[in-house]
Amino acid sequence: MSSENKQILTTDGIPLEVSLKKAEKKNKVKAFLLVAPLLLFIIITYVFPIGDMLMRSVDDKMVTEMLPKTYKSMETWDGEELPPEEVFEAFYFDFQKLIEEEREGKLSTQLNYTKNGFKSIIKKLRRKSKSFEEGNYKEQIMSVHKRWADVEYWRAIKRRAPAYTYQKYLKGMDMFENEKGEIVNVPEDRRVHRILWLRTLEIAFFVTVFCFLMAYPIAHLLATLPMKYSNLLMICVLLPFWTSLLVRTASWMILLQQQGIVNDFFVMIGLVSDDNRIEMMFNKTGSYVAMTQILLPFMVLPLYSVMKTISPSLMRAGKSLGGTPFIAFWKVYFPLTIPGIGAGCLLVFILAIGYYITPALVGGASGTLISNQIAFHMKSTLDWSFASAMGLMLLSGVLVIYWLYNKLVGIDNIKLG
Amino acid sequence: MALPKYTETHYRIWHYIYLTICAAVFFFLIAPLFVIFPLSFNAEEFLVFSDGMKRLDPDAFSLRWYQDMIYGTKNPWGLAAKNSFIIAIFATIGSVLLGTVAALGLSSRHMPYKGLIMAVLISPMIVPLIISGVAIFFFMAKAGLAATHTGIVLAHIVLGTPFVVITVTATLSGFDHSVTRAAASLGSNPVNTFMKITLPLILPGVISGGLFAFVTSFDEVVVVLFLAGLENTTIPIQMWTGLREQLSPTILAVATCLIVLSTLILVTAELLRRRSERLRGINQ
Repeated sequence: MSSENKQILTTDGIPLEVSLKKAEKKNKVKAFLLVAPLLLFIIITYVFPIGDMLMRSVDDKMVTEMLPKTYKSMETWDGEELPPEEVFEAFYFDFQKLIEEEREGKLSTQLNYTKNGFKSIIKKLRRKSKSFEEGNYKEQIMSVHKRWADVEYWRAIKRRAPAYTYQKYLKGMDMFENEKGEIVNVPEDRRVHRILWLRTLEIAFFVTVFCFLMAYPIAHLLATLPMKYSNLLMICVLLPFWTSLLVRTASWMILLQQQGIVNDFFVMIGLVSDDNRIEMMFNKTGSYVAMTQILLPFMVLPLYSVMKTISPSLMRAGKSLGGTPFIAFWKVYFPLTIPGIGAGCLLVFILAIGYYITPALVGGASGTLISNQIAFHMKSTLDWSFASAMGLMLLSGVLVIYWLYNKLVGIDNIKLG
Repeated sequence: MALPKYTETHYRIWHYIYLTICAAVFFFLIAPLFVIFPLSFNAEEFLVFSDGMKRLDPDAFSLRWYQDMIYGTKNPWGLAAKNSFIIAIFATIGSVLLGTVAALGLSSRHMPYKGLIMAVLISPMIVPLIISGVAIFFFMAKAGLAATHTGIVLAHIVLGTPFVVITVTATLSGFDHSVTRAAASLGSNPVNTFMKITLPLILPGVISGGLFAFVTSFDEVVVVLFLAGLENTTIPIQMWTGLREQLSPTILAVATCLIVLSTLILVTAELLRRRSERLRGINQ
């Protein structure tokens, strides 16, 4: 008998296998259509904009578009000696056009990013170029200022020719590309970002450790107490969790101030004298204390949900087999809680590394994190491409941890409340 | 957690140390919230307990900061509260609708690329707010929605949906799908089945997801800082500016109101969680 005869048919004569596949496909499409609206919404309003950030962070078309003739004439220039007359001529015409459009200020800001000293010589060129005569632009431009006769500055202009750049990323790591195209560190006294990255990691790490040390005992207590007591104590964890972040930060600002209750207490027990109160706010201490308290519930909840599933008889078995309570705890209970520890630590670390509000309010200058720097460039210096680059550097770090979290815990296992 | 009578002394001591540590941590968690409460009734302008307050002198307490919150002209708390509620309510409706429908699809065992799609949908909750803020700001500026309520509502829907997706998929994980098949076999169409059978059963999950979305929007400050104009000021924005400039007792009055609100939300969420667990037959 051939296999075809064996095939089971549905009532309308189609083989069951085909029919089943069709139904499965229909179900797949149905399920996908339910998810589609949200997915589309998130992709348009969230995923694409993050892609847009990536474009902004490497986009360097501004100068390229402002000096089109110059860059065309520079193509044959080797960069060894001063460029030939035609480059100067092209630059002169580009520059005249920018003056007409009143965009020469932008050019000077942009070129100044590449090499310091452009601002003043462009201003001077603008003034002097009004009285330029036709022809021999090289001589005329070079006579405006000695820097215009310096080949370094023309090389700096040429470096801005590509429409894309990774310089913002280098800047985020306190590095830059020098005249010879080598990537070097900025001078020691001007390194600000590396300190910030390290501090962000340090604060996130220690906040995670503090949260773990504090959360472990209370999660254990909550998981082992009878329901009617643990429900009551759970409120102590959940109330801060549901309370506004700004309210919690405000309460720390009251507690930690110099005339605040914590200092009052220290004076009362004689730890410090009244005229020598400790500064706990507007520095790292403020960031540590406030962030630990604010992120603590995110550590307690995953630990609690894991500990809840550990049967108390396991500990009893460990003890009855001759282990002391400490050994039973260390060999039996603790290993079982490791999934909860992983989940809690990763969650707290992810949240801490991108913290903005609390460090900005209680951190002062020495307790701010990389997020504060991003906000600073978005709001104050308006260097949005740099803010985007820093944001994406932070994001790539977070995504690595997110991926790890997904691997270890599974994203659909996040517990809320 | 009473210890058995035969416990040795040093374990007994260790047990009390452990309980003390726990008490200290609970105190650390909850005590800061209770500082705000009495200080918001301070008759004086300083944010420390005055001598009168320590003696419980009735004259040292007053409602003047609450009065200032409601009638004061310096801070537009009224406008901020109105905006906050409008934005949060619309953001909650949007998040709940999109999130619940998506969760239904994600809980189907036929869903293709489930892990990847879930990771994308949850990402606004994981990605640092400052990055979300920058990205959403670029988008809204291009779309002409910066400094509008619509823009902020859309941004908060992005931030709120992950919570709805998580809570509703969690509720659906214990859902008995045979009841919907039973409804279908009795001739009910899918929409009818959803409204009459599925929704009532997953309602606790949907509402608690909605509460999360509401709180996320109501409490959100980073993204709004990028998006809001003067007209769109919200309570968190006002608090943020107030805390940065000068900590005034009026802020504490607002904070007290917010704590009361969060207590109400907590109680609702807890009751819903218990009801949901009972409905799903999870006994603890």
